[in-house]
Amino acid sequence: MPRNEGLMSWKDLAPGMYILEPGNSVKFRTGDWRSFRPVLDKEKCIKCGQCYILCPDGCYSEDEEGYFVPDLNYCKGCGICASICPKKAITMVLEEA
Amino acid sequence: MIEITVHGRGGQGAVTSAELMAVAAISEGKFAQAFPSFGPERRGAPVKAFARINDKPIRTREKIYKSDILVVLDPSLPKIIDIASGVKAGGVIILNTPLSEKEARKLLKGYQGRLALLDATKIAIEVLGLPITNTTMLGAFLRVTNLIDEEAMQEALKQRFGKLAEKNINALKRAIKEVKIYE
Amino acid sequence: MGKKVAKEVSIAVAEAVAQCNVDVISAYPITPQTHIVEHLSELVANGELDAEFVPVESEHAALSVCIGAAATGARVFTSTASQGLLLMYENLFIASNYRLPIVMVIANRSISGPISIWNDHSDVMTTRDAGWIQLFAENGQEAVDLIYQAYRIAEKCLLPVAVNLDGFTLTHVVEPIEFIDDELLKKYLPPLKMKYKLDPRNPITIGAIGIPEIYTESKKAQDEALKASYPVILRAWREFARLTGRKYNPVETYYMEDAEVALLIMGSLAETAMNAVDYLREKGKRVGLLRFRLWRPFPQREFIKAIGKVKALGVVDRAVSHCSTGGPVGIEVRSALYQSNKRPRVVNFIAGLSGRDVTVEDFVEMFERTYQALKEKPKAAYEIYGVKE
Repeated sequence: MPRNEGLMSWKDLAPGMYILEPGNSVKFRTGDWRSFRPVLDKEKCIKCGQCYILCPDGCYSEDEEGYFVPDLNYCKGCGICASICPKKAITMVLEEA
Repeated sequence: MIEITVHGRGGQGAVTSAELMAVAAISEGKFAQAFPSFGPERRGAPVKAFARINDKPIRTREKIYKSDILVVLDPSLPKIIDIASGVKAGGVIILNTPLSEKEARKLLKGYQGRLALLDATKIAIEVLGLPITNTTMLGAFLRVTNLIDEEAMQEALKQRFGKLAEKNINALKRAIKEVKIYE
Repeated sequence: MGKKVAKEVSIAVAEAVAQCNVDVISAYPITPQTHIVEHLSELVANGELDAEFVPVESEHAALSVCIGAAATGARVFTSTASQGLLLMYENLFIASNYRLPIVMVIANRSISGPISIWNDHSDVMTTRDAGWIQLFAENGQEAVDLIYQAYRIAEKCLLPVAVNLDGFTLTHVVEPIEFIDDELLKKYLPPLKMKYKLDPRNPITIGAIGIPEIYTESKKAQDEALKASYPVILRAWREFARLTGRKYNPVETYYMEDAEVALLIMGSLAETAMNAVDYLREKGKRVGLLRFRLWRPFPQREFIKAIGKVKALGVVDRAVSHCSTGGPVGIEVRSALYQSNKRPRVVNFIAGLSGRDVTVEDFVEMFERTYQALKEKPKAAYEIYGVKE
């Protein structure tokens, strides 16, 4: 077993390994897991918000015009938004190398 | 230390009477234990309940195999259980029965030791309106053994039965008068 | 000193729990624990106890409710036995790793099969590794006192505590009990204030995943927490003795000062065994008795000290660890001795399974057999005592 593989000393853990800092998943940028990126066609979009509701990572938010747009820092490219979009307004596009 | 077994049938209040003995004894500053025969409860089946009374703290968790005092709540039990084999030398059997001494001793397989007889079923029906004999037999127990004051037992009955205590106390009092003791 | 009152031990335990002002009770009824939770539900229904009684569909749910409630900072109680404890099993480990101060009474009962409702220690002995503080009561008074102490210990250590109480042999017995009065209890057991708890105003995460890079550290921290509970438990007992005069030790001894042969037993049968000691002492035999009141954390130092100069030690187990190197207690006792310089002969009896009576006579025989071990090494690592061949 490699030594010093532990993330931190057991002495520094909060009791019960609780995580005391709320909302720290923001630091964990899952966007770089992505191979396909969702692209929205505003012509077809009816602003129904289903992508916003169903995104498993909660990375969609509403912009000033009422469109829902993904935060690509966190979008893992799962494609659920494209799959459920009733107007086929979202297309999954291959990320460039 | 005095060890007591109460024989009854499930639902006749054997466990309650053993508990009342302990409650009354403890209220007098004595030490006592009361416990049922451990296991599932079955109405009508023969059951036993136990009590120990002592002047010193009781320090045993053994079951009781032979008793100084045996109280039999149900007149039919001696036919199916060998009651007399559970009494220590010098002990006493207190039996609910309408039988005479001679008949009772025959029923108890020729038991020659100390015996007390009371027709508790008759008293219970007349006083309580029910053939539940446990509190009546407690009266016989008080009179025969002199282990616990009548007052302490009355108090225990009041705590346990609330409004229904009065009738039970009347049955207890009648039993104290009517029980017959044969040495 | 308070007045002694006659109570069934189960009822007394329930009343002690109520005195501790619990916030949440969640339990599923199982013999021989039933009277405890039945009485608590009565107290809640009558308005005598201001607590939430959560009826659940299983013991798994009961402990889950307790975990959830304790995580929000509530004082909680549950109780179970036998199969119920096994149904809680996976949650036991979670409760301790999450450092939740849950108090549970285990009304010890054998495990099926064959199906049995009677008393032994086979249920609790399956949970030795669950990380709970484990206490064993000898009589009704101890059961009640251990409830008060369990809350204080659990809340000071942030660890769950199991109070073990022999099913039927203790739970169903009426005996004299002295409660401590509410004012005194307030001094002994201050209201629960948890530094970290689930609170929407101050969010934290409980139950994060233990990836390989952190699981080992989490387990080490938990182990150290249980170890650190030891002095806290001793302090809780010292303070209790100061307030009530009733003394509690991790290892209780009876005539051990000059004993050459001793028996070790846990739970209520130790009382019966004392009579065997008295009997043999009268005959001039130098025998003694040991009892673990504290089982986890294992009282290594006190145990080694308590065995004094015994040359042979009979360990009375109340559970089988099939084809192991002993009964559960026997295994640990031998292991504890191996870490010391003391080497008494150890004889391991497995007795009193499923409510089988163990009498004074039986204990006398076990003493005699332990004496024999001085001359001749026992042939087997353990034996099932009193079995009909």
